[in-house]
Amino acid sequence: MTITHDRIDVDTPASTVQTLSMAAALNLALADAIAEDPAVVVFGEDVGALGGVFRITDGLTARFGEDRCFDTPLAESGIVGTAVGMAMNGLRPVVELQFDAFALPAFEQIVSHVAKLSNRTRGAIRMPMVIRIPFGGGIGGVEHHCDSSEAYYAHTPGLTVVSPATPQDAYSLLRAAIASPDPVVFLEPKKLYWTKGEVDTDATVDIGSARIARDGTDVTLIAYGASVPLALDAADAAAVEGRSVQVVDVRSLTPFDDETVTAAVRSTGRAVVIAEAPGFASVASEIQARVFERCFEYLEAPVRRVTGFDTPYAPPKLEHWYLPDVDRILDAVDSLHWEDRP
Amino acid sequence: MNHAELLPRDEAVQLIDATGRPVADDGYPLPDDGALLTAYRGLVEGRRINDQASALVRQGRLAVYPSSHGQEACQIGAALALRDTDWLFPTYRDSVAVIARGVAPAEAMVLLKGDWHSGYDVRAHRVAPQATPLATQLLHAVGFAYAAAQRGEDTVVLALCGDGATSEGDFHEALNFAAVFHVPVVFFVQNNEFAISVPLSRQTAAPSLAHKAIGYGMPGRRVDGNDVAAVLSVLGEAVDRARTGGGPTLVEAHTYRMQAHTNADDDTRYREREEVQAWVARDPLTRLHTHLTASGALTDELENEIAAGAEEIAAAMRSALNTDTDLDPEDLFRFVTTERSPQLQEQWHQLRDEIQRDALGDDQETHSAGGVR
Repeated sequence: MTITHDRIDVDTPASTVQTLSMAAALNLALADAIAEDPAVVVFGEDVGALGGVFRITDGLTARFGEDRCFDTPLAESGIVGTAVGMAMNGLRPVVELQFDAFALPAFEQIVSHVAKLSNRTRGAIRMPMVIRIPFGGGIGGVEHHCDSSEAYYAHTPGLTVVSPATPQDAYSLLRAAIASPDPVVFLEPKKLYWTKGEVDTDATVDIGSARIARDGTDVTLIAYGASVPLALDAADAAAVEGRSVQVVDVRSLTPFDDETVTAAVRSTGRAVVIAEAPGFASVASEIQARVFERCFEYLEAPVRRVTGFDTPYAPPKLEHWYLPDVDRILDAVDSLHWEDRP
Repeated sequence: MNHAELLPRDEAVQLIDATGRPVADDGYPLPDDGALLTAYRGLVEGRRINDQASALVRQGRLAVYPSSHGQEACQIGAALALRDTDWLFPTYRDSVAVIARGVAPAEAMVLLKGDWHSGYDVRAHRVAPQATPLATQLLHAVGFAYAAAQRGEDTVVLALCGDGATSEGDFHEALNFAAVFHVPVVFFVQNNEFAISVPLSRQTAAPSLAHKAIGYGMPGRRVDGNDVAAVLSVLGEAVDRARTGGGPTLVEAHTYRMQAHTNADDDTRYREREEVQAWVARDPLTRLHTHLTASGALTDELENEIAAGAEEIAAAMRSALNTDTDLDPEDLFRFVTTERSPQLQEQWHQLRDEIQRDALGDDQETHSAGGVR
């Protein structure tokens, strides 16, 4: 695919509602947060003059100065570890770790300190920081650029893990993440950076809340990040065959909105969970288990998963075989014991 | 600063030798008797705390204690080099430094006692939680100092680590970030020659750990870690430089871990007794004692008063650690995040009900209304 970068003019005051790409919405959220709160600092690799490899920090250094948005040495543990100290001492760091797999050198800092400092100090130290990670595949990226690492973070007590699927949620969730007193791992679906949508800067999103992305009565598709528009495409295709498909955008992986998901699945009696990551021991597995535990008596069929295979992420020319697609979702939907329907 | 000034000297700075005699040094002044008496009191108390804590491990009151017996000059030097408004970022072996900053011994031992992961008010004493993963806290110190400098405060952050930690990636990243961002941090490495069982020769091929500093563009300094006068003077210079905008310094103190890594470690498997015994002659307490007695600053009367004070600290520590703490099971869920998630609330209710059922089972009579709220 052709990659183009939307550049927004950060000096132009934002109207309340505007049409933006997800990348531009994230940029606007950072700019608004920096402008509003002097404690917010944005840093990472290439976030300054370059504006980030995906241009999410475009123009921030020029507009707000090097104290507010700056480049660091190339060292992910250093980025997150210094952010820990800054958060201890009154700043609200928002760091960018360039790609999923490049975040791994920072894993110890994230798991042992970012996630645990509040607990270790009995709440005396909070970690108001956001770790932004361009997340997932589907852009033809080379090795180590397209992994889905959300299960590692979601498995770690103390971390909040969210992923937007629309420009609106990108803006509102990032603002909520920056405002949170707790550390947030913010997963940005790379594949959706250039999708556009309306953004109302006054709209808010509560972390921990799922969204009904589409109403339907026959089956519930549960997805997050780049899998949400895919699920919506599958729902459109299923509608042609006469099935009414509901789509839930999980949006917040942890805390998880059991209430919305449970109510949705109970209303349809059938569910498929969709995610790019390998399925074994995954967030999709967790969602599947939670739905079974809470909805068993309402289910007409086993809850199915459509996920990536349990292989390392595919090379660019093979990724179309690896990634969940509409047909795979429709196959899963077709397998949900429709013949037993009363 | 030119390249030559970044390099450490070939020999560690020493101001009082192992026999207690002062050593003249053009670069580093000998602290006055008042400062040395304060340090001496700290050393005596630190030794007593180390030995008391080790005894409490043998008695089963502490799960573990990584002793700094023999390293007290580094511990006390670190605490005394700082102002009240400065911050200390210690490791698990730095309990004596933490206590010398004003934390009550029993609170400093909460981690080792097993009641919680960090037992003291980090903000009241300006002491970060004692870090167990190696070198990770050095990065926190850098970020902390960065934030202080951004606000225009003259806070200095002193970050402690051992020789083993200098092999970790975070050590490299912390020094590099500190130098690039020119933050007011002093890195203080207590080279006690062993990372559990692995000797320094397996950690580095550098001429000294202080020599690493030039690679980051900061001054490296070597100091005799058993000479508290030299530790105070060298750290004092580094702290002053940091406070006046001169950026970070790496200070390596050469000392020796006189006891095993912890009670779980058998140090006879990796070092000869003769080697350990040889370091007794370099003990930080005896050399300062000799020096201060010779100068007349330390009288028998003062000596007795200091010893009595240390004994009082040990007695209070013993008494506090021999008391079982009331533990609240809900604490498991209380500090994970600021707001408790529905999932954690559900899990707390599960545990609460289990405890309630157990209490009912144990004593139907007295707990008929439920043992736990």
